[in-house]
Amino acid sequence: MAAVQETVDRVKAIDVSEYKYGFFSDIESDKAPKGLNEDIVRFISAKKNEPAWLTEWRLEAYRRWLTMREPNWARVDFPRVNYQDLYYYSAPKTAAGPKSLDEVDPELLKVYAKLGIPLQEQEVLAGVVNPERKIAVDAVFDSVSVVTTFKEELSKAGVIFCPISEAVHTHPELVKKYLGSVVPTTDNYYATLNSAVFSDGSFVYIPPGVHCPMELSTYFRINEQNTGQFERTLIIADKGSYVSYLEGCTAPKRDENQLHAAVVELITHDDAEIKYSTVQNWYPGDSEGKGGIYNFVTKRGDCRGANSKISWTQVETGSAITWKYPSCILRGDNSRGEFYSIAISNGRQQVDSGTKMIHLGKNTTSRVISKGISAGKSQNTYRGQISAHRKATGARNFTNCDSLLIGNACGAHTVPYIESKNPSTQFEHEATTSKISEDQLFYCMQRGLSAEEATALIVNGFVRDVLQQLPMEFAVEAQKLIAISLEGSVG
Amino acid sequence: MSAQIIPTRTSAETALAEAFGAAKSTLPGGADVIKLREDSFAVFHEAGLPHRRVEAWHYTDLRALMRDALPIVAAPTAAAIEALGKEFAAPGAPSQRLVLVDGVFAPQLSDALPAGVTVRSLADVLTEGRADLIALLSGQGLGAQDPIVSLNAALMQDGVVIEVAPGISVVEPINLIYATASSTPAARFSRSLVVVGAGASIRLAESSHGAGARVGQTYGCLIFSVGDEAKVDHSAMVTQTLPGSVRLETFIAHLGAKVKFDSFALIAGAGLVRRQIFLRFEGADSEGSLRGVSLLRGREHADTTLFVEHAAPGCTGREIFKYILDEEATGVFQGKIHVAPLAQKTDGRMLSKALLLSDTVAMNNKPELEIFADDVACGHGATCGGLNVDQLFYLQARGLPFAEAEALLLEAFAAELVDEIGHEGLIEAFRSEVSAWLSARVPARVEA
Repeated sequence: MAAVQETVDRVKAIDVSEYKYGFFSDIESDKAPKGLNEDIVRFISAKKNEPAWLTEWRLEAYRRWLTMREPNWARVDFPRVNYQDLYYYSAPKTAAGPKSLDEVDPELLKVYAKLGIPLQEQEVLAGVVNPERKIAVDAVFDSVSVVTTFKEELSKAGVIFCPISEAVHTHPELVKKYLGSVVPTTDNYYATLNSAVFSDGSFVYIPPGVHCPMELSTYFRINEQNTGQFERTLIIADKGSYVSYLEGCTAPKRDENQLHAAVVELITHDDAEIKYSTVQNWYPGDSEGKGGIYNFVTKRGDCRGANSKISWTQVETGSAITWKYPSCILRGDNSRGEFYSIAISNGRQQVDSGTKMIHLGKNTTSRVISKGISAGKSQNTYRGQISAHRKATGARNFTNCDSLLIGNACGAHTVPYIESKNPSTQFEHEATTSKISEDQLFYCMQRGLSAEEATALIVNGFVRDVLQQLPMEFAVEAQKLIAISLEGSVG
Repeated sequence: MSAQIIPTRTSAETALAEAFGAAKSTLPGGADVIKLREDSFAVFHEAGLPHRRVEAWHYTDLRALMRDALPIVAAPTAAAIEALGKEFAAPGAPSQRLVLVDGVFAPQLSDALPAGVTVRSLADVLTEGRADLIALLSGQGLGAQDPIVSLNAALMQDGVVIEVAPGISVVEPINLIYATASSTPAARFSRSLVVVGAGASIRLAESSHGAGARVGQTYGCLIFSVGDEAKVDHSAMVTQTLPGSVRLETFIAHLGAKVKFDSFALIAGAGLVRRQIFLRFEGADSEGSLRGVSLLRGREHADTTLFVEHAAPGCTGREIFKYILDEEATGVFQGKIHVAPLAQKTDGRMLSKALLLSDTVAMNNKPELEIFADDVACGHGATCGGLNVDQLFYLQARGLPFAEAEALLLEAFAAELVDEIGHEGLIEAFRSEVSAWLSARVPARVEA
């Protein structure tokens, strides 16, 4: 069955030619020399005035990176990146540690105003339904964080929310303890590169028992030409705490490809929960595939404590190439991992994304819901791994991934890896909409709905399921997607 | 960093290269066959034995699992063939049989087939050099990039080439039997071809004879070329393999239009088995069904890897594979459904189900979809877990002891697919293999 017209229109509305964040702001910047070597790594470290241990940590990662090769297993195809032809550090000249908004370059503020990101604390995000809810924003511009809002209010609750470059100085013990503990410097090619040259990103620590009083968010913007962005985010939820964190990203339209290689590490202790949402809207390139961001990201959460929970939600519409697998290591007993994703590819975008749920503890559960929609000449791949280790008694997983094709020049692919080493695990993987809902269908039909009506209801319910995981005030873009139905899903 | 990675050859790879060098001139075939062999060997030589970094072999690391390559088997002796002749003369031996002894076709042990079905040895066909058959034997693009299929093409010793004339119908199964005669551990390379004419219908059953006595390395390849509106039923009993043995089998099928194709395989009692199936729908509106049951215990490892390619519109594909894993066994299922842009209205379903019976088994599933057409219905499902405790409880509540309840559920799980074979004699033969495997099982637990 082919896609319904409404879906086709919705997807068209966010086609690559409709990219509206593609403006470039002429802001004077301070850059490191082009290329990458030990001196550049030292330069970045020195710029941020880092302690010796961190400089050494970076150098070690850099030396390791030299011995590694780029992964080639993903279903993406792109010319090799010349890593010596990039700027690894770029900061707006005026951004050197502004204390308050008044000190921030007005040009910068204009950029954020244009993007609809509120940096004045009294402002609210564009598209906010409920203006009573507050959101703290950390705005990262190229390689530095320019401003973080609501810091004081958060600190009253004991929450630490600041750029990671600041946390290195203000909370070295926490950074030292957790940095690289989920994604080690040796993890993979891009993560190792990030460890060597990471510039800025957010650091969040929620103390035991604290329910973070507002949504935290980081807004990433690449502005400068020929630069790579290498942010590093570290979120720690201590025992019994809760935080919801949002991330958004955009970049100017350019003919060249730009590299974005981020690392995100999440840690939950006993009974804690982190909800991490992403609206990824990097510049996707034009309809001929010229330009666009290479989004090579390593995101991983470690449910270290018992009864802890990590939930990833992502809406992926941007980037020329996406290589991204937000994962959960379910180490603590009874811990839970969730992954909700909608990936929409247009033009010549290539998406290879999915998740990994590694069940290590007892009675761990995970749920994966992925919806992929490809249009134009794009390729959209779901790649996911579910594994249960010997001791993961009682592990449960449910995976559902659907794809939809619009037109016959695109492709949709599903590559699940399901590995079990414990007989008490129950893993279920499904890639059809009709199968999963036999009971639900029966229920609806019993109450007088026709089979089609019942199917439409259930399928739409499913997509909403994913989108409802997103705090709407941040995801203006996602509101358009809510009407997308996966009717005509090909499996 | 410009350090180039130079793969070191394992002793098995070196031995295979040497074996090819030595055997090249004595293997059957004229100039074009020699070229096919050399090109195929080049593919293998470049890739080496597949290892876990090769995506299609991720879960079966042959480089690590197959340390040494055994020498190529010598031609069977007259005495060995005579001994086998006595065994096949015994009552109950399968009729309509074609026997390969150590991979070499033995006409003296084989039966005459019904009119319209011709059989020749692969060696004869290669020597005779009929271009159309040699093209079909090359696999015509299916599996050509796989190092093990290429290795088989390079070293193919013998096999059978069966041609079924258009419109001919053979109801009783043609039994293709792989007999083992060599008394020393050896490697066998056989390749067979079945060409089914338009509108014809046949049933082919593969089985092994006497392989359980010796450790060996078997590289088999069976190719089907099925004409329009033909009907093919195929079954394979992959049994009688000793621990330490390696069995690498490839099954290739090209289907024309409006074909009905059905294939079932049972893997039981295996050392290391990899069955790879390449099926391509080349004509419109065909139906293809692939099913399999793997019963594994000890340290056995069985891998079934499918590549189902929908290259024509309106075809229906059904793939169901079941695994029962016990003790320290490893099961692997990989299945890829590929739908080409013009294969609209494709209906593809793939399912794998695994029952894990001990704490030390491992099951790896990778059901893939690769879809380039927008008006298709494709799905895959994969489940793995232990026996359903509710069902066990139900049976126990009705007075069955735990072990019996468990055995009953296991048998039902496997028999579901066996019963679809569609031929009484074969169903019985497969069911008795399944029962034999189950009765040798030592229930690990006494209670749920």
